[in-house]
Amino acid sequence: MATTYFTEDHEWLRVEGGIATVGITDYAQEQLGDLVFVELPETGKKLAKGDTAVVVESVKAASDVYAPVDGEITEANGTLSSDPSLVNSAATGAGWLWKMKLADESQLAGLMDEAAYKAHIG
Amino acid sequence: MTGDDTKHLPLEDIHVAAGARFGAFAGWSMPLTYPAGVMKEHLHTREHAGLFDISHMKLFEVSGPEAVALLNRACPLDAAALEISQSKLSFFLNESGGILDDLIVTRLGDIRFMVVANAGNAVADEKHLRALAADFDVKVEPLDRVFLAIQGPEAWATLSRAGIETGSLLFMHGVEPRQNWFMSRSGYTGEDGFEIGLPEADARDLVAKLLGDERVLWIGLAARDSLRLEAGLCLHGQDITPETDPASAGLMWAIPKEIRATGAFIGAGALRAAVERGPAQKRVGLKPDGRQPVRAGAALFDADGNPAGHVTSGGFGPSAGHPVAMGYVATPLAKPGTRVFADVRGTKIPVDISSLPFTPHRYRKG
Repeated sequence: MATTYFTEDHEWLRVEGGIATVGITDYAQEQLGDLVFVELPETGKKLAKGDTAVVVESVKAASDVYAPVDGEITEANGTLSSDPSLVNSAATGAGWLWKMKLADESQLAGLMDEAAYKAHIG
Repeated sequence: MTGDDTKHLPLEDIHVAAGARFGAFAGWSMPLTYPAGVMKEHLHTREHAGLFDISHMKLFEVSGPEAVALLNRACPLDAAALEISQSKLSFFLNESGGILDDLIVTRLGDIRFMVVANAGNAVADEKHLRALAADFDVKVEPLDRVFLAIQGPEAWATLSRAGIETGSLLFMHGVEPRQNWFMSRSGYTGEDGFEIGLPEADARDLVAKLLGDERVLWIGLAARDSLRLEAGLCLHGQDITPETDPASAGLMWAIPKEIRATGAFIGAGALRAAVERGPAQKRVGLKPDGRQPVRAGAALFDADGNPAGHVTSGGFGPSAGHPVAMGYVATPLAKPGTRVFADVRGTKIPVDISSLPFTPHRYRKG
């Protein structure tokens, strides 16, 4: 059974078997507006919590998406190269950004659940 | 840019009700996008009619026996040669020939002109103009107006349905159709369209009529920026600044030949010298290869890795269907088709020098 976590930077993580699928929340995609490009990470890249994992570009601006925990990229969502708007239309589904193997599962304890995230965005 | 100093649009309540997302621009709280989003807003303007609240921009009425003389001093312009209702792009230059602001000057009468200035420069422009006006028999009057733009191929038809006929007005002409109104056929999108300065009560009435027409949508500042960038139009503060002169900006077409040679405008000597030397850099269109946008501030390099210039505006062009940008490159490189490279977060993105505009202008010239 997968568990979903949220960060203060408006990312979601769905964790199953030590692998986290990461994306941005619906709230975040709405704030960014129509995305036109997603700069995806390479598989095997090691990231520390807070490193820039992905850059999402809207018509107007580029925004960093940070690694919410330490880990290693196992897959990037290649579909976004041809259709970045999936992040707008399906932020928490088909618009996922990357998957990473968690280096330290105890870091998940510092993240929010859905109820706490909803309270966070008001 | 938040706090007590932020200026608010007179029609802010209408934008709030329309669901606008606001952001700071040039000291104003401005609608950036509406619920349709920047992409749809942009495309709607090119296909139908987009309504913009540009009340952050400033209208000045310049009138008096020496109005022509003042404008000829302040701008590289032959104000006497303007026909009544004719508009012209011009500039305030500094003594070095640098662009303090770009303006649209319209002749309203023998000794009356309208000057439309950019929001970010409005205060400095007024000070500048008033200081110059001290030497002339002339009055400089900033007008308290709501300023709306309606742009797109159906702009004229939606205005007509709202009771405003535009039939004989051609591109870059302006008239006063009602008391305290100023309407010009001009804009910042590359499309046919109009800019209308008018009192707030009249504006509320006009907006209500226009929004009752399904062809009209509110358009925010984000799409205004992507529309003008596709149209190859400069944003002062980015693409033209006090450090760039009209020659390097490729805007000499706005300065009549005889004025270039003999005009007594501020900055004339420096501009003549700059033209004689030839600009070291020129403003060009930039088309990034691929899907990744190249943004303002990115450094440009030639094929050998030598510095070649920089990007001044960049983003995605929804109508072009690819990223679009503008910037300055060393003059020998400023030919369409030349490939340079933009540094984006450490990666060199291939970028081709492109002619401007990216989307053809569709002005109503006659």
